Amino acid sequence: MSGPRQVVITGVGPITAFGAGMEPLWSALEEGRTGIAPIAAFDASGFRSRFAAFVPVERFDPRNAVPKSYRKAAKVMSRDIELAVGAAAAAIADAGLVTRGIDPEATPTIAPDRMGCHIGAGLIAAEVDELTAALAASTNPDGSLSLARWGESGMQNLTPLWMLKYLPNMLACHVTIIHDCQGPSNTITCAEASGGLSIGESMRVIERGDADACLSGGAESKLNPMGLLRQQFAGRICEAGEGADPARLVRPYSSDADGTVVGEGGGILVLEAAETARARGRRPLATVAGFGAAQAAASDGAGVRLDPAGEEVSAAIERALANAGVRAEEVDAIAPFASGIPAVDAVERSGLARVFGDRLARIPLITVVPNVGDCAAGSGAISIALAATSLARQRLPRRLNAGAVEGLDAGAAPGRDVPLRAVVATSVGLGGQVAAVVLRRIA
Amino acid sequence: MTSPGADDRVVITGMGWVTPLGHELESVWKRLLAGESGIAPIDRFDARTFPTTFAGQVRGYDLARFVKDPAVHAGAGLNTAFALGAARQAWTQARLDDDARLDRRRIGLYLGAGEGVLDFDPYVASNLAGWDPATKRVDGRRWVEAALRLMHAEREIEQEPNMPLAHLAREFGIRGPAYNCLTACAASTQAMGEAFSIIRRGDADVMIAGGTHTMIHVLGITGFNRLTALSISKGDPTKASKPFSRNRDGFVMGEGSGMLVLERLSHAARRGATPLAEVVGYGSSADAFRITDIQPAGRGAAAAMTGALRQAGLDPAALDAKGRPGVHYISAHGTGTQENDSIETAAVKRVFGSLAPRIPMSSVKSMFGHLIAAAGSVEMITCVLAIRDRVLPPTINLHEPDPALDLDYVPNQARTADVDVCLSNSFGFGGQNDTVIIRRF
Repeated sequence: MSGPRQVVITGVGPITAFGAGMEPLWSALEEGRTGIAPIAAFDASGFRSRFAAFVPVERFDPRNAVPKSYRKAAKVMSRDIELAVGAAAAAIADAGLVTRGIDPEATPTIAPDRMGCHIGAGLIAAEVDELTAALAASTNPDGSLSLARWGESGMQNLTPLWMLKYLPNMLACHVTIIHDCQGPSNTITCAEASGGLSIGESMRVIERGDADACLSGGAESKLNPMGLLRQQFAGRICEAGEGADPARLVRPYSSDADGTVVGEGGGILVLEAAETARARGRRPLATVAGFGAAQAAASDGAGVRLDPAGEEVSAAIERALANAGVRAEEVDAIAPFASGIPAVDAVERSGLARVFGDRLARIPLITVVPNVGDCAAGSGAISIALAATSLARQRLPRRLNAGAVEGLDAGAAPGRDVPLRAVVATSVGLGGQVAAVVLRRIA
Repeated sequence: MTSPGADDRVVITGMGWVTPLGHELESVWKRLLAGESGIAPIDRFDARTFPTTFAGQVRGYDLARFVKDPAVHAGAGLNTAFALGAARQAWTQARLDDDARLDRRRIGLYLGAGEGVLDFDPYVASNLAGWDPATKRVDGRRWVEAALRLMHAEREIEQEPNMPLAHLAREFGIRGPAYNCLTACAASTQAMGEAFSIIRRGDADVMIAGGTHTMIHVLGITGFNRLTALSISKGDPTKASKPFSRNRDGFVMGEGSGMLVLERLSHAARRGATPLAEVVGYGSSADAFRITDIQPAGRGAAAAMTGALRQAGLDPAALDAKGRPGVHYISAHGTGTQENDSIETAAVKRVFGSLAPRIPMSSVKSMFGHLIAAAGSVEMITCVLAIRDRVLPPTINLHEPDPALDLDYVPNQARTADVDVCLSNSFGFGGQNDTVIIRRF
């Protein structure tokens, strides 16, 4: 039996506050811009943070990401689904693929049954206005909900397909329908680790020959009252009242870090068998050389006590490095979650130190949450897309960080050209799941 | 680390479930073979005016019987509570605690756990407190003021679908790869398939795999009622779930959890564990058709079955050494909707051709109801028990056969059968399909 097939990244489609695709994100990073801004979608003045990073319609219009024949289905897309659909379109364009969604008449680049799809998703909150309008039609005289009226008639105020907007697997389902991906398909729901775990799973599926390419990543929006409040309840949000400077809010690994800011976004990557990419003459951005995952044993649900020693982080990275056959010394940059949430930052820092030792202080970290917010299930894919692009360009984009960082190369820094051999991307999910991916430069 | 191919056989060494028919392996199996139904009027909330008033609820379940320290899991939601009970049974049956050399970094989790149950009353009260009838919008400021007063932080975070993972990791000290997938009704079959793949690849030696879910709550029943996917039959609720019947009118909601210990054979042998069955094939596909409808020819379902058969080295058109088809029992997705049952039948025929009528295929959803994300894992447990006892669980309530459905659905009565290979199907809303095949060890 021959060994597993080599897997490469041939396209990246981040979707962030700067729009869909890598170019708008990369230039925003290089220019030191943040997409964090005062929340406009609802009155957030009662929340700990009034700020979020969101994708304005002038930078991403979901209608343009959906083929005309599929416009009707766009009505049952929650925001999370729109983001995934937009990211997939960007990734496919970047990879130079033709699918049914690009041209229904053309022969697809990859046979539909050889095309898989793994898209991480979060807990999608129901649109509060839509649901409450229906609930408000079934109240008792005292203003409380009458379940009897709701069951009898009130629920009829919800559109029949209401629930389909909120099933997490609908991100992958819409994408597979639009682009006719009939191969293996999964929806991983492990919070911030979802993107990394999905990309790891796509890698395995291609390695073992069950698909030739996969659309892989994650997307999420917590830019709604329930999503934002749950993050506040989890103690992850920084305090940001009126007049705060959005560029200074998220300060990863800084001694005065105060928490993160929610973002909406994510990313889809095209993972492809190296031989398939070669056969179609496509130069990949990077090789997906190794993958590892681990779980924090000390986590207990809402307590989410990660191992302060970062053992789960080091375990995942060590597994990924061993899988890649890459030595820690060959890692020239790291793309961690770097959320600015002090407890998570601390775990990442000690986990990285366990793997990289004293050299850690000199390994540049690729951080993006200060620019695009914490995109939850979408965050890992953004980091991995950036890591792949950094390898392809042999360049680290400018880094935003208003805090003072000791002992790590994670403070504010200009963009720079650097030789990069391998980059490790890691993500730590609320709940204790950790994913690590090792990317290698294309020789 | 073991290289793939050299030592990649995977067996099931433990199983447990929490179901509408009970929370103990053997007694639930007996009730299934007796054709009992776990469906009854909903009493978790007042559903009397809902189009659907019945479901398969888990009853009399006490988490404290299954965990070391219930206080650790005090804030857990129902999904997590069910998962802990099912996993404890599986862990105990596999006798993992007896192994002094157990390396918990080589034990992983792959669950298909559903989203947690909304903390409904505070949620609705907050929404209504923020509602402005003039603008038809919820005012964010008024909403959050109410929510901060009414909602409970821990109960909100516990609704994240990866929380069962966190609790299981804590309870069993698991440190290996951990995943939750949520591909609707396919989730736990997918979880078992991926767990199997992770062991085969060498990334773990033991995986706890399965699903857990409840959607027996106001918005769960509402959502499926609006989709007109649920049975709304009147009369005796135990007769409502009637897969493959001419008069089937939708599925019946169930809830619960099924958990299995999947283990590298060499690891099981080293510690003297008893293999209950061997996992031999896994297939996954997407319909890529419509979010509301199944691809009418059963293309996606057939692709999942074909992928699993290929991996198992089974030729669907060939007879085995005993002159039987290569698969001896199919645990159907068999939801009881018009669409699923006819397309699943078509897909089985598409895959097995003229041998299809010779393969018995039943749906335990006729008795449990549909456990949604957890359905595949409880159904896999019935497959293992079917192999062990050489008996097939029936499809109950099949008194009016659909003339268009002409396979052997094991109607109404359990049946003894020479069964060594079982195939279990799960198809998710939106078109994700998964199949796992097991074989007598």
